[in-house]
Amino acid sequence: MSLAFENISLTLRNRKILDDVSGLFKRGRVTVILGANGAGKSSLLSCLAGLRQPQTGRITVDDRSIHEMEGKERGRLIGLLPQRPDIHWNIDVKTVVGLGRLPHSGRWGMNAADHEAVARAMETTDCTGLAERKVLRLSGGELGRVLLGRVLAGEPQWLLADEPLASLDPAHQFDVLDKLKNYAAAGNGVVIVLHDLTQAARCADDIMIMKDGAILAAGSRDDVIVPDIMAQAYGVEVQISTSDNGEPLVVPVRRLR
Amino acid sequence: MSWLDRKTLWLNGVLLIGLIVTMLLSLAVGKVWVMPSAWLGDDLSALIIMELRVPRTILGAAIGAALGMAGATMQGYLRNPLADPGVFGVSASSALGAVTSLYFGFAMTAWLLPVFALIGAGIGMALLTLLAGRSGSLILFTLAGVILSSLAGSLTSLMISLAPTPFATTEIVTWLMGALTDRSWDDVKLAVPIIAIGMLFLIATGRSLDALTLGEDAARSMGVNILHLQWFAVIGVGLTVGASVAAAGIIGFVGLIVPHLVRPFAGHRPSAVLLPSALAGALLLVGADSAVRILPSVSELRLGIAMSLLGAPFFMALLFKMRRELN
Repeated sequence: MSLAFENISLTLRNRKILDDVSGLFKRGRVTVILGANGAGKSSLLSCLAGLRQPQTGRITVDDRSIHEMEGKERGRLIGLLPQRPDIHWNIDVKTVVGLGRLPHSGRWGMNAADHEAVARAMETTDCTGLAERKVLRLSGGELGRVLLGRVLAGEPQWLLADEPLASLDPAHQFDVLDKLKNYAAAGNGVVIVLHDLTQAARCADDIMIMKDGAILAAGSRDDVIVPDIMAQAYGVEVQISTSDNGEPLVVPVRRLR
Repeated sequence: MSWLDRKTLWLNGVLLIGLIVTMLLSLAVGKVWVMPSAWLGDDLSALIIMELRVPRTILGAAIGAALGMAGATMQGYLRNPLADPGVFGVSASSALGAVTSLYFGFAMTAWLLPVFALIGAGIGMALLTLLAGRSGSLILFTLAGVILSSLAGSLTSLMISLAPTPFATTEIVTWLMGALTDRSWDDVKLAVPIIAIGMLFLIATGRSLDALTLGEDAARSMGVNILHLQWFAVIGVGLTVGASVAAAGIIGFVGLIVPHLVRPFAGHRPSAVLLPSALAGALLLVGADSAVRILPSVSELRLGIAMSLLGAPFFMALLFKMRRELN
């Protein structure tokens, strides 16, 4: 019931991107990866999704190496929501969400179970009403929901999301994070790379903070989101408080020299 | 089947009916009009139909289908609506092979020209994969195609300028223009099976092309093997385009125009565009080949030139449409 990585190192163009990192994510929990730009967050996520093969180390799901799995099997187990929406053809929303079933469907296309999974994903992400709309005509918020729907349609045990809040307004940010939390609550593992510290503190069960390709801190939200660690990770001073409704507020107030 | 979508059944049906009608029409038209009642007799008219027009029509349909589907695959693979089968440089290397046989006068033996063209296409495909390497990178692959295309094109020009006799020069230049004139059953037997195998490879890329719609990372995360996809695209385009060039010379624009035309009706999904592109390509080429036969000209207008002439107004219309959208 875990996604684990041990002693992962990744070097690209003679630059060490990940330096002997190890960690473990648990199903049923939301883990947020934080860190400054270039800390190695997205690279770690793409290694975990099987897109990059690290030079050293091992990545396993329930003790099975992901690199020993066939591509489609890995796709059924681990779903990736990439950083930037990158859509090349103006296909309709239902087709986009349906693409999420590719790791499941056979040579002859989608079966009834696939269609049901697509319908469920569209309902979960409030996309049912958008089914016939062309994807390049959607607003940023609608597109965010559709792309999340595509990953959910694959019903992966592990959902890795790389900055899913980028270009979303606050209301849609709450919507997307709530859906990710619900997905974890249903017994799946959710790992999210985020930049917004307050949203991270609000949605995370566990937090991992990266710096210079290594893990600076990992643990429960209250143990990790503390001024000292934030100062080391980002070089900023943060104020941590609680809002009227009891949610955490983490606000960077100045840059430390 | 992702490439034979329920939504596009009507489109494929309409195109198939259109193709059958155009093929039947193509049998009748020419300098000599032959009505259907005379197609199965024992006289000269029946001979014209069976030995000239039937193979020519079948070849036209096969080449049109090959170029249309190769174009749709290229546009899906490169995620660029302006890509065409020529981008891989396979048609240029196939043409170089054919021109080599004309240069050395080997084309006196009828079957040697297409064989040389196929060898050219094969060498082109091998060089392409060698240059692009095993990364599956789209940029490396496109660059390798540009290198190959440019190299084969310049060597072809070199052969034209160094041709041993003015006759050879004329023969090369005329052949390069592309045509279906005087093609026989031998050309059909050589080209059609290769095109059919190539099209199977192209159809097999459909689901991966769909996944690529969401970008390479998303596609790979869903289990798409980008390197396999590249191999299938290279082999499919190599076989279809190589066999087409071998049989009819260079016929441009079909692979570029046809996927554009059918895409809005097929719902833009790359795999759903493949079959309609093949049918529409066949329809367009058979129709254009019928038209060049009945145009009042001293000698028959070359099919390759006719397609290029169609290409300019098509892109003009596209340009004006895009300008309107920008304004």
